[in-house]
Amino acid sequence: MTSPRAPFDLLYSETEEELRSAVRSLLADRCAPASILARVETDQPHDPRTWQTLAAGIGAAGLLVPEKLGGQGASHREAAVVLEELGRAVAPVPYLTAGVLAAEILLGCDPSSAEVSDLLRQVASGGRLCVPAVPLTLAPGAPLPTGVRDVGAGTLTGSVTSVADAAAADVLLVLADTGLYAVPASEVTLTPLVPLDLTRPLARVTLDGAAGTRLADAATARAAVAGALLTGAGLLASEQLGLAEWCLTETVAHVRGRHQFNRPIGSFQALKHRLARLWLDVASARAAARAAADALATGAPDAPLTVAVAQAYCSGVAVRAAEECVQLHGGIGMTWEHPAHLYLKRAKADSLALGTAGHHRGLVAEFAELPAPGTRPGTAVAGPTP
Amino acid sequence: MTTADELRVRVAELLAAHPPADTPRGDFLRARFDAGLAWVHYPEGLGGLGAPRSLQVLVDSELEAAGAPDNDPRRIGIGLGMAAPTILAYGTEEQKRRFLRPLWVGEEVWCQLFSEPGAGSDLAALGTRAVLDEAAGEWVVDGQKVWTSSAHTARWAILIARTDPDLPKHQGITYFLCDMHAPGVEVRPLRQITGEAEFNEVFLTGVRIPDGHRLGAVGQGWAVARTTLMNERVSIGGMRIPREGGMIAPVAATWRERPDLRTHDLHQRLLELWVEAEVARLTGERLRQQLVAGQPGPEGSGMKLTFARLNQEISALEVELLGEEGLLYEDWTMRRPEIVDFTGRDAGYRYLRAKGNSIEGGTSEILLNIVAERVLGLPAEPRDDKELAWKDLAR
Ligand SMILES: Cc1cc2nc3c(=O)[nH]c(=O)nc-3n(C[C@H](O)[C@H](O)[C@H](O)COP(=O)(O)OP(=O)(O)OC[C@H]3O[C@@H](n4cnc5c(N)ncnc54)[C@H](O)[C@@H]3O)c2cc1C
Repeated sequence: MTSPRAPFDLLYSETEEELRSAVRSLLADRCAPASILARVETDQPHDPRTWQTLAAGIGAAGLLVPEKLGGQGASHREAAVVLEELGRAVAPVPYLTAGVLAAEILLGCDPSSAEVSDLLRQVASGGRLCVPAVPLTLAPGAPLPTGVRDVGAGTLTGSVTSVADAAAADVLLVLADTGLYAVPASEVTLTPLVPLDLTRPLARVTLDGAAGTRLADAATARAAVAGALLTGAGLLASEQLGLAEWCLTETVAHVRGRHQFNRPIGSFQALKHRLARLWLDVASARAAARAAADALATGAPDAPLTVAVAQAYCSGVAVRAAEECVQLHGGIGMTWEHPAHLYLKRAKADSLALGTAGHHRGLVAEFAELPAPGTRPGTAVAGPTP
Repeated sequence: MTTADELRVRVAELLAAHPPADTPRGDFLRARFDAGLAWVHYPEGLGGLGAPRSLQVLVDSELEAAGAPDNDPRRIGIGLGMAAPTILAYGTEEQKRRFLRPLWVGEEVWCQLFSEPGAGSDLAALGTRAVLDEAAGEWVVDGQKVWTSSAHTARWAILIARTDPDLPKHQGITYFLCDMHAPGVEVRPLRQITGEAEFNEVFLTGVRIPDGHRLGAVGQGWAVARTTLMNERVSIGGMRIPREGGMIAPVAATWRERPDLRTHDLHQRLLELWVEAEVARLTGERLRQQLVAGQPGPEGSGMKLTFARLNQEISALEVELLGEEGLLYEDWTMRRPEIVDFTGRDAGYRYLRAKGNSIEGGTSEILLNIVAERVLGLPAEPRDDKELAWKDLAR
């Protein structure tokens, strides 16, 4: 078993808090629940104006990109704080896909090649929106998809389902048998799907002789995607944390104000205990999510285990927080007007994204050397070695 | 204010003057107390230096590395964790000088005479009486306490008793330091679920306590007791737990060593608990980092709840994992242990003893109320016992 590193930092720095308040005030202005609700039923659930300000104005698109490649040169800890705030607002912006996954994949290719560095610069400046064409459910440690082939000179055929945020993308990063390709959105056919989570649209991407630019060979591409999935899973825990916090805060405010039986319903012990337990879970989720962000930021050897722990834990907390939020709001919680359902849908979809809690527990089994019956240590699950 | 570097110098001086290898244990501990290195955040002359509490970790680890003896904190937990901070906050100068040094050194063990057969969660309902004998300047105490851990090894007790039954229950209470060797104190072992007697019944019959052993003003005992209870619940802190420290360790070890015991169902549950134990460890670590950074968070109020639940679930799984061996119990002999020993005993003992984790030091239900009301700001339940005189309460 990999031993935990020391020292590690589970708190928030001042810079992180400044970034948080910038993102939070932007979202308060632009992403009020009513405006998200109004938007998700149109054919453009994404909010491009908010994305532009977040990506270019605040510089979130390039947070993970080094300064010499046009980015902010920040770390996963800062990216995690952005995701906390986006989760708290269920903001319909493609940060997880574009700002985290795509940026990490590109950084995992050879950034000294002109194609990669050009694209990274455009991505980091917010000038072009680039998302990976992989299913949202693709998990670290799971086999990578093989649905796209290069049929000659960068001409790609095949399809990928459940690609998140594809509709907003200018460029798709496509993993094909021969490597990684940057494919302009105009080269592919998008079939929008009806997503459970209205704030993170999904589409099927079909390539029928699409022309792409090759960015990396097959081995590099696969390693880059695997690495990005690990990062994505680790940082998704922060989105889940922010989401759970909103649900808890809103629910506490509601039960304090709502009266039944001549008392605030929040004075009934059955509800107080449920909320106190939820608070404990959220406090624990914060420690788990911070540990994952810190492990990724410092390149800790036990990062894969810490990420798996965070995902195995935070997914469930976010779903439970959203479920409690609906339940304790009573009839109001079941209405379309109240934003609780946006959170429930995001939480449930997030619990499938980048690996379920069960998948991540399987990874914990491997990294912590607690093998399943009939296996020897190290053979429980195929996946990255610690 | 004392800095980390100054503390290092003091530790080095202590070690030079009293090399642990050839200093008797008690002498070393007394010297450590006198050097202000016992609890560095206490005032000078009382075992401390008025330094930040967070620096204690440094002192402890340097002394441990040098092979210095510790004061066996598990044996004297009630004194260290509860009596001492209360005496520090409410004691007279004389009381502090009399009690803190032997308490810390471990020469005098303390116990807590709070709970009564009729007053547990509702501690303020207690009925043990204390009446002042003005001529003698002594209080005369009569009543019964129960579930008193370590009463059989204790030299002193923190005691709360009712001094005015006509006032509402929170108002007529006074706080005392009680000599466990005084005539009229009778300790009877109370055998518990594990077969042994770690706690006791304590009968108090005409026990005389000098007024000089009263802590705080007459009738102000509830405020003093709250200090004790707060410290009881926040006793977690300073310690860094390694990954797989605590109750998960023996289960994980058994899992690795005994492939014959593995089933798929147990595997799923083990992984879930392993993850929760790791997250609890990280939450404790985050709390510790907040304390060191001088921004204590409310997480402390929750850690006891988390550990109670985890200890119970993990030890329950451990018994099941052991299969036929889980049907056995090491030893039902009635014993009177000095400490709770979770690690030195078998899985059945751990399972049974862990049941107390959600009862002792405030039940989980009461702690959930506290989190809901103090952390989340939820309204208290309506109650009608605050204005009534104690003698008129239902019981
Ligand atoms: C191992 C052990 C060691 C102990 N050591 C000491 C010691 O050294 N000194 C000492 O003074 N005491 C000690 N205690 C006593 C302990 O503090 C009490 O047992 C505890 O506070 C609960 O009180 P009770 O036993 O009277 O239960 P009760 O108060 O009768 O509670 C019974 C049940 O009702 C629930 N309940 C009560 N009130 C409420 C409420 N308002 N809302 C919801 N649920 C409620 C409780 O949570 C519990 O589940 C010890 C107990 C144990 C188990």
